[in-house]
Amino acid sequence: MKFANLMSTGGEWLRGEGPHHQIVISSRVRLARNLKQRAFPGWAKKAERTSILELIKPRVEELPEMQDSFSELLQDLSALEKQVLVERHLISREHAAKNVGSAVIMNRRQTLSIMINEEDHLRMQSIRSGLQLKSAFKLVDKVDSTLEAKLDFAYDSKLGYLTACPTNVGTGMRASAMLHLPGLVLSDMINQVIQAVNKIGLAVRGLYGEGTEAMGNLFQISNQTTLGEKEDEIVSRLSKVIETIIEKEHDARQMLIQRKSNTLWDQIGRAYGVLTFAHAMTSKEALNLLSIMKLGIDLGAFPEDRRLPIDELFIETQPAHLQKSSQQKLNAEERDHLRAEIIRARLRVFPKPDITKLAKESENGSAPEPPTNE
Amino acid sequence: MLCDVCKCNDATVFLTQILEGKMQKVNLCDACSKEKGVQDPTGFALADLLLGIGAAEEIEKGTPTQKCPMCGFTQADFKKTGRLGCSVCYVTFAEGLNSLLKAMHKGTEHVGKLPQRAHREVELDDRMRTLNEDLQKAVAEENYENAAALRDQIKQLEHEKAV
Repeated sequence: MKFANLMSTGGEWLRGEGPHHQIVISSRVRLARNLKQRAFPGWAKKAERTSILELIKPRVEELPEMQDSFSELLQDLSALEKQVLVERHLISREHAAKNVGSAVIMNRRQTLSIMINEEDHLRMQSIRSGLQLKSAFKLVDKVDSTLEAKLDFAYDSKLGYLTACPTNVGTGMRASAMLHLPGLVLSDMINQVIQAVNKIGLAVRGLYGEGTEAMGNLFQISNQTTLGEKEDEIVSRLSKVIETIIEKEHDARQMLIQRKSNTLWDQIGRAYGVLTFAHAMTSKEALNLLSIMKLGIDLGAFPEDRRLPIDELFIETQPAHLQKSSQQKLNAEERDHLRAEIIRARLRVFPKPDITKLAKESENGSAPEPPTNE
Repeated sequence: MLCDVCKCNDATVFLTQILEGKMQKVNLCDACSKEKGVQDPTGFALADLLLGIGAAEEIEKGTPTQKCPMCGFTQADFKKTGRLGCSVCYVTFAEGLNSLLKAMHKGTEHVGKLPQRAHREVELDDRMRTLNEDLQKAVAEENYENAAALRDQIKQLEHEKAV
């Protein structure tokens, strides 16, 4: 599969289906594995890295899950293409910085992505839309079991799977979910939630993982520790915490509708106004306003069938996607103009926010989304 | 500069404490400092005790010139990168790593997935041990017929292990 084909297919998780999809954008589970008695990628010389790559890559490509796959050496991808993959969460920012001796292989549906010679020899990741951590783990676990029969993984009976960074040793697993929490942010309760989550040994991060800012009211929640707890225990503990956060987010939205409906209405109206008429917009501003539009759809201020265009704009207005679709390299100012243009075009046929639905909600105070179980 | 606790993120919180004339510095990333509650300076000494922040220095103190026989990685390299050189490093630097892992994780022993390959090795080792014990016993009892059969089984198992 070529990069152009990969670009044109949106990837399953971008379509925004799956349980709790209004609040949980995506669920991801990654496993880190290394070969026995070979230097880790960060320490290995170029020749050793290349020989490790040649050993692993064919084994990954022959996986039944990778029958219709995109497989590329990192040195063969342009900086822009790498950035597109980062924006889709298919490779990490660290992996995008790699060159000779590293590769990425992913399936057409973009539910499975395998990085070779990132920080570890193998980083296998499964992405699903909505809250589906269990099924994401199941997929990546199956791939791991298939590969393990052909590759000799570094494993210690006491410490488990051995990884380059001691923070990943044991299960080598990081499970995470991307949550959209505008209600908790607008009602100033988000810090309380973050602190509570931190206290029970889970990490909260921004849009692109470690050290990134929380934009567009998007937050990643993941397990912090990997040693001393079984994989399925970590996954179910995380799922439970996320379900609690979903409840809190619904409560916060309900509270906003009942007590601060003017503020809420103002935010949605402003987001609609600026997105519809602005001629220059940074990606940060776009994300923040799109987040409010998404909230507006969740609350019934916009019709449900307008959800997909808004969800798509989240990713299409990211810097690399913008440049890739316009087929040219743009400076920041040009990007901001193009971004505003694309958004205006999408919103031209968008109905004005409908306040009557919100007013009704505040009268009877019913929950906008019925709970679904994974 | 990397965080002394997780060795993954950049440190953003820098703490210095002078205790009994000895200066101690700890660099933490935002997440770790929040998690350990060390943003409150009065809680710092307590946090140090609980966490074993000294653990990172312990690794350093251990044997700074010690090199991993497999990949040539040293303590100094770990201090610099926060990453290890190869899987054998976990054995080479086991002493210092143990306290670090203790501070970092929920437990000190892996209880999760076991690779089939490792599973098979353990199983073969167990069978080999039993066969050897039986052989010793047979020889001691001068039951040579049985001993010969056991020796054949051991040979077969050795062959299986080599595959």
